[in-house]
Amino acid sequence: MTQPVYMQEFREFAANGGGEGPSWLLPLRRSAIDRFAALGFPTPKNEDWHFTSVSPIAEREFRVAPAARIVKLSPADIAPLTFGRADWIRLVFVNGRFSSTLSSMAQLPAGVRVLDLATAARDEPGLLERHLGKIADYQHTAFTALNTAFMRDGAVIHISPNVELDTPVHLLFLSAGDASGNAAHLRTLIVAEHHARATVIESYAALSGAAGYFTNAVTEAVLGDGATLAHIKLQGESERAFHVGTLQARQARDSHLVSFSYAAGGELARTNIYTFLGGDGSGATLHGLYLLDGTQHVDQQTRIEHASPNTFSREVYKGILDGASHGVFNGQVYVRPEAQKTDGKQENNNLLLSPQARVDTKPQLEIYADDVKCTHGATVGRLDEVALFYMKSRGIGADMARKLLTYAFAAGVIEAVGVAEIRTELQALTLKRFTGAAAGL
Amino acid sequence: MSSSIETLVNREYKFGFVTDIEADTIPPGLGEDTVRAIALKKREPEWLVDWRLKAYRRWVTMREPHWGNVRYDPIDYESQVYYSAPKTAKPIGSLDEVDPKLREAYDKLGIPLKEQQVLAGVAVDAVFDSVSVGTSYREQLGKLGIIFCSLGEAVREHPDLVRKYLGSVVPYSDNFYASLNSAVFSDGSFVYVPPGVHCPMELSTYFRINAANTGQFERTLIIADEGAYVSYLEGCTAPKRDTHQLHAAVVEIIALANATVKYSTVQNWYSGDEEGRGGIFNFVTKRGKCAGANSKISWTQVETGSAITWKYPSVILQGDNSVGEFYSVAVVNHHQQADTGTKMLHLGRNTRSTIVSKGISAGQGNNSYRGRVYVGPKAAGARNYTQCDSMLIGNRCGAHTFPYIEVANDTAQVEHEASTSKIGEDQIFYLQQRGISKENAVSMIVAGFCKDVFKELPMEFALEAQQLLGITLEGSVG
Repeated sequence: MTQPVYMQEFREFAANGGGEGPSWLLPLRRSAIDRFAALGFPTPKNEDWHFTSVSPIAEREFRVAPAARIVKLSPADIAPLTFGRADWIRLVFVNGRFSSTLSSMAQLPAGVRVLDLATAARDEPGLLERHLGKIADYQHTAFTALNTAFMRDGAVIHISPNVELDTPVHLLFLSAGDASGNAAHLRTLIVAEHHARATVIESYAALSGAAGYFTNAVTEAVLGDGATLAHIKLQGESERAFHVGTLQARQARDSHLVSFSYAAGGELARTNIYTFLGGDGSGATLHGLYLLDGTQHVDQQTRIEHASPNTFSREVYKGILDGASHGVFNGQVYVRPEAQKTDGKQENNNLLLSPQARVDTKPQLEIYADDVKCTHGATVGRLDEVALFYMKSRGIGADMARKLLTYAFAAGVIEAVGVAEIRTELQALTLKRFTGAAAGL
Repeated sequence: MSSSIETLVNREYKFGFVTDIEADTIPPGLGEDTVRAIALKKREPEWLVDWRLKAYRRWVTMREPHWGNVRYDPIDYESQVYYSAPKTAKPIGSLDEVDPKLREAYDKLGIPLKEQQVLAGVAVDAVFDSVSVGTSYREQLGKLGIIFCSLGEAVREHPDLVRKYLGSVVPYSDNFYASLNSAVFSDGSFVYVPPGVHCPMELSTYFRINAANTGQFERTLIIADEGAYVSYLEGCTAPKRDTHQLHAAVVEIIALANATVKYSTVQNWYSGDEEGRGGIFNFVTKRGKCAGANSKISWTQVETGSAITWKYPSVILQGDNSVGEFYSVAVVNHHQQADTGTKMLHLGRNTRSTIVSKGISAGQGNNSYRGRVYVGPKAAGARNYTQCDSMLIGNRCGAHTFPYIEVANDTAQVEHEASTSKIGEDQIFYLQQRGISKENAVSMIVAGFCKDVFKELPMEFALEAQQLLGITLEGSVG
């Protein structure tokens, strides 16, 4: 365990002003690092980490990249990662540090504020003080505690009441150059005030193939009455990277969180999507797709806490596992006694393409209210022999039939993505991966 | 909803009587001396004493598990009595020699120890507190080569079989309660069915805790040799007491090639009063091993009693084409807590398992299904189907599902589905407007909800189970 390394780094960080910012920030950091010291990295004995050992992360030493190591990139370098939309509001982070030159936040509509975290700490301390560290649980979660101690780069998005932002906000987290040994504790805060609407895309990508870096990202989201937040996470880290990313949301009355989580990268990756349905009539729609190969270990966790009456949740996660990969899904639906009339549906389907692939799934229902309707289903299996036979009987070769059915399995979830450009790109990627076809059929 | 339901819910536990029988008990407390004292009382051979001591030494190093979704005050293992036997002057030769008071107790329980057996067609071994008091039908079974006796007797008369299989499915080091049981187990039932024999009648054991502050630690061992078949029933009751009593049993089943074992339980230990005082802590390890090809082990359980149930009847599917089944109805009312489910471990090729779990929560009860389906890398063609449904009656109860599905073979097919919902108001309304009373409507709906499990029970038990369910639940719609 290399906890002492982080403690030492924190002492240096704090001695150098602790990333500056308002006066309440350093005490928050200190209390978070204390919690991290007390918690330590989770072990598989911790029920939340039953199927995922983080010892590859705990045994290595990752440090925040010094500013000197920031790689210089040009807009052309990042163009392939922008979904063909140079006009979107975009914040770009390279190796965990904000790059103002690559970012474009110029034409913001009225009532919309998009800032990088350091700027927000200087210009919007009130907004940060109200929400930062208030939603993401660093008391019980070691990675969130570590993030809270070191957070410096990230994004702050604020949508004023009744403002509907049509353009997505794109947060691009890049690794480039020699990023090995690098730690990025990215922190994002999204506040959608009452009846606001926004789409936020978090994409994680690597320009250099095989760097062993560590991304530890935390996003906090606040949804006011009637607000709608579409959150799309695309995790395409380098094949040697370690990734732990958490989205933790708190929802008020009639708000709606629409989350899509795509995971295809990383040697060891974990995504946590947690939401708290705190207001009457609020709901969450969660979709996820994980495509694994090689020796990847990818863990998808969701927790929906129904804490008010008439709340709903819909969840569909699908996984395709090839090679000797190991996929984990844990979906928790928790219904508090006061959350009567909860309506929850959850589904997790896994397709194993190789004899060495392995999947562990744990759909979980914890229900303390009686007037509820909750279901969950989980399946693990191969392609449907009957469907294969049918396609063969229609003159499609066994190989192509297999590819098409695999694509179709994934396509069902991709259709849930609300942003056309991303949907198209994911479709093309998946099609290429499973059928070899460049585009179309 | 209705006050009559209220009264029905609060109907008393009818097995709550205490039988005043002189008992031979050892002082409370647990140590190597206790283990030796039990072994001495039972005149056990040295290998078994050693095994018990190994278990005890392991147990001392273990920590009580707390991962279950159950809450209770700490158990003082030192205050428990680990051995209590009804005093008899001499070893029992026939059932007629059983203490009449004991017989009376069993009559109250409705256990056909006497001639009713002929009608019921059930061979019974009854375990009172810690020792087995009599086994009926032995001769008839003996002709077929079937051994059905108390475990203590089996240790003396069939030591080779016991030594070979005891601890082979649930090792003495398995878990906290299994280790405790291995160290201090008092008695239990032993069944051996020789190759190719189809046991012609249901074998049955009735467990009864009578003495106060006594833990019951029975251990059952069932071996079905190649091609054999046996169906085994287990029932449990205890007197009403306002202190908690510990029950930590172990059941081991071995099915060799082509053998089938069907194990049915109706568990109706005292569940405590409406305030949650008293009741049995039922911490049980039950596991079967399908050791040979084409073997089958089927668990059916109806859990209506106990203050706390912590129990996961499991099957190790080792033989190719072997089959594991788990059918469960678990009902909690008042302050009862149940954390129960199963483990199906698919190791052999083309192994199949079915899990059907029905949980009913009423009052302030909490019911958790916890299950594990594991498909190993070599279990090609493995198949599992799991269905767990929960029904909620009343707004202070809870229903929880914790399924663990671990698949390491791409040819496996695993399906899990679960649902939780309130008992259907519209269904009750419909039945009521057809002239059916609310109580009957509820019990009809519940019976329908549990039908898939009840139909797996042997006839005698199916009726009892339905009645029990009725008693536990009636009136909980309110």
